[in-house]
Amino acid sequence: MSVLVGKNTRLLVQGITGSAGGFHAKQCMEYGTNVVAGVTPGRGGEMFEGKVPVFNTVKEAVAKTEANATVIFVPPPGAADAILEAFDAGLELVVCITEGIPAIDMLRVRRVLDGLKGKTRLIGPNCPGIITPGECKIGIMPGPIHKPGNVGVVSRSGTLTYEAVGQLTHLGIGQSTCIGIGGDPVAGMDFVDCLELFQADPNTHGVIMIGEIGGGAEERGAEYIKAKMNKPVACFIAGTTAPPGKRMGHAGAIISGGKGTAAAKIEALLAAGCKIAPTPAHMAETLKGMMK
Amino acid sequence: MKIHEYQGKQIFAKYGIPIPKGYPALTVDEAEAAAKKLIDETKSPVTVVKAQIHAGGRGKGGGVKVAKGGAAEARELASKILGMQLVTHQTGPAGQKVRRLYIEQGLEMVKELYLGAVLDRDRRRIAFMASTEGGMDIEHVAAHTPEKILTVHADPVTGLGAWQARELAFGLGLHTYSKETVGKFVKLAMALYELFVKEDCSLVEINPLVVLKNGDVMALDAKLNFDDNGEFRHKEWPSLVDKDEEDVVEMEAKDVGLNYVSLDGNVGCLVNGAGLAMATMDIIKHVGEKQGVAPANFLDVGGGANQEQVTKAFKMILRSSKVKAIFVNIFGGIMKCDVIAAGVVAAAKELGLKVPVVVRLEGTNVEMGRKILMESGLAIVAATNMMDGAEKIVAAVVGGAK
Repeated sequence: MSVLVGKNTRLLVQGITGSAGGFHAKQCMEYGTNVVAGVTPGRGGEMFEGKVPVFNTVKEAVAKTEANATVIFVPPPGAADAILEAFDAGLELVVCITEGIPAIDMLRVRRVLDGLKGKTRLIGPNCPGIITPGECKIGIMPGPIHKPGNVGVVSRSGTLTYEAVGQLTHLGIGQSTCIGIGGDPVAGMDFVDCLELFQADPNTHGVIMIGEIGGGAEERGAEYIKAKMNKPVACFIAGTTAPPGKRMGHAGAIISGGKGTAAAKIEALLAAGCKIAPTPAHMAETLKGMMK
Repeated sequence: MKIHEYQGKQIFAKYGIPIPKGYPALTVDEAEAAAKKLIDETKSPVTVVKAQIHAGGRGKGGGVKVAKGGAAEARELASKILGMQLVTHQTGPAGQKVRRLYIEQGLEMVKELYLGAVLDRDRRRIAFMASTEGGMDIEHVAAHTPEKILTVHADPVTGLGAWQARELAFGLGLHTYSKETVGKFVKLAMALYELFVKEDCSLVEINPLVVLKNGDVMALDAKLNFDDNGEFRHKEWPSLVDKDEEDVVEMEAKDVGLNYVSLDGNVGCLVNGAGLAMATMDIIKHVGEKQGVAPANFLDVGGGANQEQVTKAFKMILRSSKVKAIFVNIFGGIMKCDVIAAGVVAAAKELGLKVPVVVRLEGTNVEMGRKILMESGLAIVAATNMMDGAEKIVAAVVGGAK
């Protein structure tokens, strides 16, 4: 068991003939992910690596290969369009790795996603992707640092996800599923969506949640943990020592109304029964202490 | 990305948002000529001389002055403001040198309002905020009298509804000024929504938005921030950049596709990813804050940098005089450790290592990366994990200071 992806995932790669798309499609295949199709408009009919058929449209790829998930490596100008195309084709899971999509485009994507009422889930953009160790890797994370097991990881930061996974594996603790939800202001799945899945998954016994300053997603996660979760959650919030105003515009601070600072997030998470890792080097140890 | 008030107003004009007449000026002579032209055009002797810097709070800092006595007075004020070191609550204590002016017609207003639009990430909408407390520091209003800020959220499919703009207009009491004022505000707010979307803004503020004697509304100020991700569809953006307002190294980093953040400490940091950058700062301060060790800067090489970019990044860090030691903290995903190592070695061999370097590598191709560093013959301290690296970098800075 795991969440969202596993042995039954049939992956489509949008942008498979690009340099990043091709490189990572290959890496995913080597990890054992079942890559069934690729899409690059105008390159339909080709074969990727001699075994994966390339199609012109997502709809055609899904019809011919029964793909149920897609990963998007399309560059920013066409990325939002690629996500919408994947939504329309009815895929259950859309993972968008692309960094640099304009927020205005993502507002529209998010509006369409909300209209799908959970039929399709979006991870990202600007994220490392999702992995169920030993079964299925969708994204750009280094496969070998992972180990199958029972801890769920969810993070807004790519490299800090690897950091947490590296620490867990080093302590001999495996992971059920690791989800990088990405650092963009407007994105798909948030902490609450992921925590719900981890809470419902019998194979996940504890969770590491990695947040950062800005927005209110961590606070909403804390509310969910307090109300609904009985599994231990260890957290780290990046940016506790960030100088104020360096990243956040001031009208943004008005909207958040006190939300968005590391202190507010940590307070909410502590009140929800989470433990906070004192440094980013102590994420796995903190969870280990809670799981005894 | 930020632009000047006068540039923002030129964009306002394109969308039909009413602005006062005005001309930019780079010299005192140009300022006087602009004032003369305005006095001719408006038949009023009153002009306003406004310092153009990217920070807010210019009026309070003495960067905005009214000339009631004609072009000669405007010239005198311009000579005082141009070149001054303008300190506001947003510039920091050093202030910002004034290199550009905007000369504008003076207007008699009956009311100052605030109107702002911002990307509300939690609601996933563009939020429009309005307040009767215009001209003031809006953060102060939000903190002390939040009930005085009216907010509506525009649906990305339908855009800002006229009904929403009317809700703000009546909430602000605009129907009390003239029959047409509500309609004029609605037109302005809807134009502002169109501008926000088409110009890829992340923030637009009009503070103050004024009501004139005749009931017209007009944008007396313009603050626009652009979403950097939108740059690929705005060929005009590079021409709007004022290099004097930007951190030189940040610009240089951007030109080679890297992300650089300048801070106040003494450790140069080369990392991959924004989250790791912040976490690296947190752990350095956690270990070394009491000994006065903190990051001087961050160079985030992101996911796709090549060896040449890494070399450039490392050189930029090496050149900073603030840097007493360098911490390379990489957890490779897309970014391969051997590429980082080769880039660091190339830069170090070219410029020489004058400060201690601590390197912590993990992730993709880590063994190859470590081998490149070991075989380079450079005095590089290897760290086994993030904590070890933080402890070693703090020891290096403290040891070097003795």
